[in-house]
This record gives sequence, C-alpha cells and structure tokens, in this order.
Amino acid sequence: MDLIKIVENEFTAGKAFPEFNAGDTVTVHYKIKEGNKERIQQFQGVVLQRRNAGISASFTVRKVSNGVGVERIFPLFSPNIDKIEVNMRGKVRRARLFYLRELTGKKARIKEKRG
Amino acid sequence: MSGIIGKKIGMTSIYDKNGKAVACTIVQAGPCVVTQVKNEETDGYKSIQLAFGDRKEKNTPKAIMGHMKKANSGPKSKMAEFKGFENPLNLGDTITVELFAEGEFVDVVGTSKGKGFQGVVKRHGFSGVGGNTHGQHDRQRAPGSIGASSFPSKVFKGMRMAGRTGGVRVKKTNLEIIKVIKDQNLLVVKGAVPGPKGSFVLVEK
Repeated sequence: MDLIKIVENEFTAGKAFPEFNAGDTVTVHYKIKEGNKERIQQFQGVVLQRRNAGISASFTVRKVSNGVGVERIFPLFSPNIDKIEVNMRGKVRRARLFYLRELTGKKARIKEKRG
Repeated sequence: MSGIIGKKIGMTSIYDKNGKAVACTIVQAGPCVVTQVKNEETDGYKSIQLAFGDRKEKNTPKAIMGHMKKANSGPKSKMAEFKGFENPLNLGDTITVELFAEGEFVDVVGTSKGKGFQGVVKRHGFSGVGGNTHGQHDRQRAPGSIGASSFPSKVFKGMRMAGRTGGVRVKKTNLEIIKVIKDQNLLVVKGAVPGPKGSFVLVEK
C-alpha cells in the first residue's frame, strides 16, 4: 500500500491547491483545447462534495446558469486544471450537499463562515 | 531478451499530458543478483540466471543455499533465466530498474489469477444466449452444439469446453513504461499485468 502512495506522490508532487471543502464557492480555471489552440475557461459554483483520496481525488461544482442547474466533476490532479480560487467559505453541516439540487432561489443560499 | 524479476504491487491511475486518466500497474523490480552465467561450452547455450526476493535461510534448501553462496548472495526465492543482456555480466552482479528507460515498451510475464472450474462463457468468451431461448430453460450460458452427427461420430480434439481457468503463464506484450523510480526500485507500467498482487512477474525488454 505504501509503495502505491510513493508512486502517487511522484505524480501529485508540486501541485498546490488552496484548501476547500463542501459548501465553499470556488472558481475553477480549466484549460480547454480547441484544435491546437488552448484557452482557459472559468467555472464558478458551490462545491457539492469532495471524493476519494490521493491521485484519484475529485470534486463536484454546481452552479445555476440561466435557471438550469449545471454540475461538473473535476479530477483534482488533472493537468488541465490551471488553478482553483476560493471565493467564499460556506457554513454547512454536512460533507455532501445533494439537497441543494432540490432547492432554488433564497433557500439555496449558503451562509458564509466567519472567523 | 534481457529483463528483470519483479513483484506486482498493485494498480493506480495517473494523468497523461492531455489530462486523460491512464490505468497503470506498479511493479517492484529488482535488484536482482546474477546467480549463474551459462555459456555455450558448459551449458550449450548462453543465458543469465537472475535471483530476486529475500527469504529466510531456514526455509531454503541447502542446494539452493550453496548455489547462492557462489554468487555471494543471501537466499532468494525466485530465479529466472534471461538472454541477450548488452553488457557481459559476471557472477554476483546486480541488475536494477536502471535497465529500463521511461517510454520504452516491455513484455510482462506472470501467472494469471486462478478462477477455478469455469463455463465456456467466462473461459472462452462464448456469447451465451443473449435473448430468447424459445421456451428451453437452463440454457443461458450453455455451450450449444459440440459437433455434427454420424459423420464424424466423435467430438473433435481441442473442442473448447468448460474447465479449469486461469493460473497459467500469461505474457502481456508491449506495455509502456511510464515511470522508473530508482530509489524504491519501482516500475510504473501502463495497463494491467497478469497475476494477483504480491506475485512474481518477469519484465522483459
């Protein structure tokens, strides 16, 4: 088991992300290749969950765009992630916020964590 | 074909340059000791015998102990012969993962996981009955006809049937080496490798 971690650390080394958790609002800067051009797309929303550990870690971001809920799952250590910004730390009481899918408008707000 | 003996550690996935997740296997390979150098005069052919994997002296037969002592090595549990090393090797030399470079393609030999007595669907990839059986029951995974009638009045030899599956020597060819970690003697190989975790494998170049 340890040897697998050594290999995973070889590939994850040198990648630094800010600490964030479910309930935080983040902006993910994601590299997109169109033909041979590369550009960076931003995706801002609430983190619904963080999954797995080590190199296979991923997280789900949800935003509501034109009244339609959009969720994207990002692999945390994907080389296509340019950077992750944390915009707001949310105060939530659970690690998986799937209940947000059912809520809209004022009820779907998350309070900011203070201090 | 030169090579090295290793131990399968397990699998993980890594991301390639395009951001695609690639499944890969970790093999702890070497360091192996040269325990015998075979040549044409005495053995009739040229090859190098390598040994890998420490074991206790009390569990080692005296004959193997003596064989290892000739190479100034402690008792080892796995031995294998390889041919075609570039540099001439002597008794007692060690071979490490530095034999391999990243981006190279290798073959990996192992003993596949034993699966016991299996039917033809698992053993030979027969398709089974996908849909209707026209009222017959217990036929979903049956082999179907095994031959014609009064001619030839026998079942041909080699007819694929149910039986013991797995647990045989399997060689997977052309696996790319993604990374070589020298200080831990690790090889990261793209794709899967035959056998359970902790089993011995031969990595051939």
